[in-house]
Amino acid sequence: MFPGAFTYSRPATVSDAVALLVDNPDAKILAGGHSLVPAMKLRLAMPSALVDLRDITELQGVEASDDSVTIRAMATYNDVRDHEGAAAALPILVEAINVVGDAQVRDHGTLVGSLVHNDPAADLTAVALALGGDVHATGPNGDRSISLDDFFVDLWTTTLEPDEVVTHVTLNRPSQHSRMAYRKFAHPASGYAIVGVAAVLGMDGDTVSQARVALTGAASTATRLSSVETAITGQALTEESVEAAIRDVTAGLTINGDQFAPEAYRAHLVEVLTKRALLGTQA
Amino acid sequence: MTDTEQMQKTLVSMTVNGVERSAEVESRTLLVHYLRDHLGLTGTHVGCDTSQCGACVVNVDGRTTKACTFFAVQVQGATVETIEGLAHDGVYHPVQEGFWEEHGLQCGYCTPGMIMSSVSLLKRNPNPTDAEIRHELEGNICRCTGYENIVRSVRYAAEKVRAGS
Repeated sequence: MFPGAFTYSRPATVSDAVALLVDNPDAKILAGGHSLVPAMKLRLAMPSALVDLRDITELQGVEASDDSVTIRAMATYNDVRDHEGAAAALPILVEAINVVGDAQVRDHGTLVGSLVHNDPAADLTAVALALGGDVHATGPNGDRSISLDDFFVDLWTTTLEPDEVVTHVTLNRPSQHSRMAYRKFAHPASGYAIVGVAAVLGMDGDTVSQARVALTGAASTATRLSSVETAITGQALTEESVEAAIRDVTAGLTINGDQFAPEAYRAHLVEVLTKRALLGTQA
Repeated sequence: MTDTEQMQKTLVSMTVNGVERSAEVESRTLLVHYLRDHLGLTGTHVGCDTSQCGACVVNVDGRTTKACTFFAVQVQGATVETIEGLAHDGVYHPVQEGFWEEHGLQCGYCTPGMIMSSVSLLKRNPNPTDAEIRHELEGNICRCTGYENIVRSVRYAAEKVRAGS
């Protein structure tokens, strides 16, 4: 299986990478390549040029500080999972990464690449939305930050411009009194999320003081479940309060349907997994 | 893109099983075809060709890698280990021995990838549970064995490696 022909370059700096993207609007960035290369082999994607970021040292690595975790563009899933500071600060990352793809995807695929690709069934899009934070990009007009709340637009679409390179994402580190969980119902063959729900709760004793809950797999893009967030805030986390909070979970959402999981079935899974994510949150 | 550009080839070099190798290939040449067609290392198999079956798994700079999901140009300068590099002086690697002793294969087509994934798994986790073995081998599909003997083979290798260290 051969992809279409392309020219290949390995810039040494972010500004060189941006220049290559400006020169050729048809060029695509190559990071881990575990979404792009399979698409190119099927000729679903036929970029005339690939700009490989692997030689840009400033795009490597993971850092954890008191208030955030920074994940640079070329950090693989396993780089994030194996980073002690990041894993301790945001255990939901470890939980979600362990259910991404397979061992080879986790060893080469990048977390930032997953956010930028915005596959509607990706896992880390929902987790990043539930944590909140900023995407940092460099383009021909300089650097800018985009809130994760404004980043995901639609199927495979983000607010990123074609000539911008994401350098890193910063994920918010919730207060000490927080609980988080990711729950996924995976397609048995592909492993992609039919429905996935990520929940990050700030706690004041037994009461939920802050809630960010995000959905993937069920709609055209990862999205926050604001009715659930509002309903659970100020409540104790019990079976009853969660049941009440998920009552209108699918209101206002356009739920996908296909031959594996029709719309009604997916909508039911949204309820089940939102409940499991909320009740499954751990400190 | 013009025909000349399409035919343009790049010299790609890498260390494969401890030996410096190079070949002129197109940028779209996949690592698995570079290994098989240009270096003659046909132990790495092409199964599904869609990044799912894992028959083509090799190690690149210590990372477990589906060679059908990498372009050879991406691996320029890297260190690659294939199934041909595992045995030394006629002595099988413990994972190869495990597959022999525990009957971890039937037709053998998935075996090179299964073994290379298992080698990576044991480097990361020298004492895996059966569940961890199954989880880490999710990217390798076998249509013969039902996986039971593959799990036993990896367990055999893990015990052998631990006993030897």
